[in-house]
Amino acid sequence: MLIAATIAIIIVMILAIIRGVIGPTLYDRILAVNMFSTKTVLLIALLGFVMGRPDFLDIAMVYALINFVSVIAVLHFSNDFEFRSSAHSDAKESKSMEEDS
Amino acid sequence: MIHTLYLSLTLAAFWLLNSGHYSPLILSLGAISIAFVVYLAHKMDVVDHEAQPVHLTLKLPGYYFWLTQQIILANISVVKHIWLGNKTITPTMTTVKSSQKTDMGKVIYANSITLTPGTIAVDLIGDQIIVHSLLSENIEALKAGEMDRRVRQLEH
Amino acid sequence: MDTALSIGSAICLLLGSFLCLTGGIGILRFPDFYTRMHAVSVSETSAAGMILIGLMLQSPDGIVVIKLVMILLMVLFISPASSHALAQSAMRHGLKPWLSTTVPAIKNKHNETASDITSDKGVPPSNL
Repeated sequence: MLIAATIAIIIVMILAIIRGVIGPTLYDRILAVNMFSTKTVLLIALLGFVMGRPDFLDIAMVYALINFVSVIAVLHFSNDFEFRSSAHSDAKESKSMEEDS
Repeated sequence: MIHTLYLSLTLAAFWLLNSGHYSPLILSLGAISIAFVVYLAHKMDVVDHEAQPVHLTLKLPGYYFWLTQQIILANISVVKHIWLGNKTITPTMTTVKSSQKTDMGKVIYANSITLTPGTIAVDLIGDQIIVHSLLSENIEALKAGEMDRRVRQLEH
Repeated sequence: MDTALSIGSAICLLLGSFLCLTGGIGILRFPDFYTRMHAVSVSETSAAGMILIGLMLQSPDGIVVIKLVMILLMVLFISPASSHALAQSAMRHGLKPWLSTTVPAIKNKHNETASDITSDKGVPPSNL
């Protein structure tokens, strides 16, 4: 049963990657990454049980915190630099960076 | 002062429950890290009734129990609509009034809205919460005010 | 007792996998960003809860149960904060939600943002 749950989570991670690749807006991509990281926490916890090493749970806990920090960091960055569509983001970013410096 | 004590106790419990090794060296290292974190928290000026809501400790479990029931019910409806497809969903965006007095009450209310699947609190302006919901029934349930009333009871 | 625990754990894990898959299908199937957030919210609250409860039922000793409870609490405290930050950021950058036409128009005089949104009714997103 542990193996079945692990496979299900891997499938969901693949679905999240698909959404991250085709996602039309930046926010769809961040959402997909957020979901991917939550699933990573579950995957690490499950793998700890599959391999009989519950020490993995500490790593899962650290991953849960990193997930939160990374989502907030990306949003903070996107609020500062205002890249709405990833198509012309580079130009805008470098422009605002120049203005900063 | 009571908040410092509460923070230290919480951190100590977190350390002891997570560590699993109780030799003197490890315990003293734990004590040093707790002291450091409490010092940092004082320096950041976050040790107050908002960060450590001591007065809520007794009331929260009952609210969590009720919220868990709501989350399970909401999950069932959202799962049903995911499998039924796009034709059955009625996405709605509107504002809901929150009747809480303190900032913390409003944050608890907005967080509960977001935690319940099917409704997301998008923004909080004054006492108006902008809510996006998957089904229009969810908004009607929120406007009926059951959750609002329970959070208000939690406040005092 | 042991068999009861393992049966309960198997049921929880299966239910968790099903909810997880439902969330994954929802994120691909729903029409726009805000509705996709609801699908993610399903897979973050109930699927994570079910799988972690299933693991708790078959854990070998007490400290593992405590760690699993802490992971569950962290996920439950963190997920609303990050999804609210995401939704607020999307709204402030002017990403318009796709709203259903069956709902009557909502009068809104309290703030500009919301009345601005509700004027954009019934236009399906171009990407799907």
